[in-house]
Amino acid sequence: MNNVITIIGKRLGLGLLTMFMVSVIIFLAVNMLPGDFAQALLGQSATPEAVAAIRKDLGLDKPIHIRYFDWLLGAVQWDFGTSFAKANFSSYAGTTADANFGTVADQLAPRFANTLFLAGVTAAIAVPLSLLIGVLAALYRYSIFDRIANVSTLTSISSPEFFVAYILILLLAVLSPVFPSLSNIHDGMDFGQKLEKTMLPALTLTLVVTAHMMRMTRAAIINLLASPYIEMARLKGLSPFRIIVVHALPNALAPIINVIALNLAYLITGVVVVEVVFVYPGVGQLFVDSVKIRDIPVVQACCLVFAAAYISLNLIADVMSILSNPRLRLPK
Amino acid sequence: MPTLPLSYWSALVVAGALTLYFGGRQIGGARSIERLRDITPTGAFGYSLLLVTLYQGIALYFGPGMNPGATFFRWAVHGVVGFGIVGFLFQQLGRHVGTRASKKLFRSMPVTAALGILLILIYAIVAIFADFIAPYGQAEIFKDANVLPGGNPEMGGNPAHFLGTDQIGRDILSRLIYGAQNTVGIAFVTTLLAFFIGISLGFLAATIGGVLDQVLSRIVDMLMSIPQLIFALLLMTIATAWFGSQKSMVTLFMIVIIAVLDSTRVFRLARAVGMNIVVMDFFEAAKLRGEKLSYLIFSEITPNAFAPLLAEFGLRFCFVFLTIASLSFLGIGIQPPLADWGTMVRDLSQFINFAVISPLTASLPLMAAGAIALLTVAVNFVVDWMLHRASGLKE
Repeated sequence: MNNVITIIGKRLGLGLLTMFMVSVIIFLAVNMLPGDFAQALLGQSATPEAVAAIRKDLGLDKPIHIRYFDWLLGAVQWDFGTSFAKANFSSYAGTTADANFGTVADQLAPRFANTLFLAGVTAAIAVPLSLLIGVLAALYRYSIFDRIANVSTLTSISSPEFFVAYILILLLAVLSPVFPSLSNIHDGMDFGQKLEKTMLPALTLTLVVTAHMMRMTRAAIINLLASPYIEMARLKGLSPFRIIVVHALPNALAPIINVIALNLAYLITGVVVVEVVFVYPGVGQLFVDSVKIRDIPVVQACCLVFAAAYISLNLIADVMSILSNPRLRLPK
Repeated sequence: MPTLPLSYWSALVVAGALTLYFGGRQIGGARSIERLRDITPTGAFGYSLLLVTLYQGIALYFGPGMNPGATFFRWAVHGVVGFGIVGFLFQQLGRHVGTRASKKLFRSMPVTAALGILLILIYAIVAIFADFIAPYGQAEIFKDANVLPGGNPEMGGNPAHFLGTDQIGRDILSRLIYGAQNTVGIAFVTTLLAFFIGISLGFLAATIGGVLDQVLSRIVDMLMSIPQLIFALLLMTIATAWFGSQKSMVTLFMIVIIAVLDSTRVFRLARAVGMNIVVMDFFEAAKLRGEKLSYLIFSEITPNAFAPLLAEFGLRFCFVFLTIASLSFLGIGIQPPLADWGTMVRDLSQFINFAVISPLTASLPLMAAGAIALLTVAVNFVVDWMLHRASGLKE
């Protein structure tokens, strides 16, 4: 048992190290920008005093390594600094007295909750669905059902997310108005309304993710069906359904859990495009909007949040596969 | 043949499943037709679902005309059947025309792969000869904007612009054709660049090893731990800050960014393939002969690593193509005035709300998005077949 804890501890340490390096990359990448924000913010005609004042207030006058650790210390406490777009710099012009900064965390927090909601709804539909289709496809492999499932999943993997999204809008929002095509959810809505508005983006993501998960579930189970103990169960005369659900599925669980975690990580990239299509107020949309107006602190923060989610999901997949596989539990 | 409402439809599926299961036992048992006798409940349900859905489809296809849902359905059926027939004809053509080697190749090829090859050829031809095929220039602006597609003046169309014009009066058909040149061309160049970077560094790491290998591998690990689209968006922010006003520079920068990010995957594969080659005797011999590094890489490793890398090229191309299309769709990829499919989908997306009034107008954004999807599906078909052939699997 100690062995397992050491190995998992090592993986967690490695994950933290990765996270640290990623934060360095993100910070350095942003600091490659020419000039600085104070100048960009105030334009060419700004007086040197005003530029210096803003620079001092944003901490841009400090050396780079100090700024990095300031930023990192803030980030781990969910404080990503001030959004340039929302910052109120009129105090520097002497018109108003209060320097009312809009912080990045204020913008990020509600959107982060929305994105988690979308991901949660997607996972709740996609995971059982893909397991069911995957098991059925393995059970009836090389049948018409399997072939149809195979071709349709291959098609949905290879089409861009926005193609799937617009097809769904056409079918479910315009031709037969089942769900709304705009997902502008806000705080005042109750759960049912939110769910209805989230349905189309969640279905789009489901289609994309289910394809991957179903194919891997099918592959994992078919892989197991070749092993001797399954042969034995078959020779005993058990029904194919019982063989798969009672004998194959528990042993295929490890790779399947792994696949689920990896696909939730894959959701992260898909979520950006889908949120933009459906005008869903999540982190992805905030990210794209901030990229367009070059709101650097927000871009940095979103990037860090996405990378952290990606790395931790991969880490979970890793730890799960160690825990569920006795061969990996022992050191090499 | 009327189509059925959902409640009848599901009732019919269940009834069909029960009939198939119990009736199948009776009839199959009496006449000893084993397939019918041994049908499982799930199987019976599946076949029943298939049959009723098939009926529903046929009823919708031949049903009364002007329902917009039926129009889209007919187009989809025409598309699928049409592509199937064209792929089959191309396969037959390849089997009977050409050199012996090419005939042999086509004989082992499934219809999907033949269709894939044909589609890739068509895309390549359209992309290369876009200047001659397109009726107008990609940035040419006409007086009458928002001309509806169909070419019928009474319906708000114009015979000169078959697919109509966009919000600022550019011919949509021409832009779709030029989109092949820009979107596919840029994705192709990016993939080539990614392969050049990835393969040369990967082989270098495999040949030299040691510190260089360690450093390169760790850098690649770091780059791969950030989701690709997210990282690309971050770097594009910086690109626009640098060359905000020079649109062509932003596009150029995007090519470099995507190529570098994608080369990490190529690097991994090239290094793994290279590692297997450098331990072989012929490589050892060349090394002992005192050959130069460039000779080792280009004349010893590259020819032997060609096959796996070619299949990978198809997959990477799809991935790069989709990434670039997504970036352009988000408004941060290929910059105007270049016509590209991702941007077109976004610009035309509002037309989808006209589906009930004018199906052709509503399908404009789907045409651009479908052009992207069709090419990736085609490449996937071909790569699937190549991998299947290389692994020597027989069904």
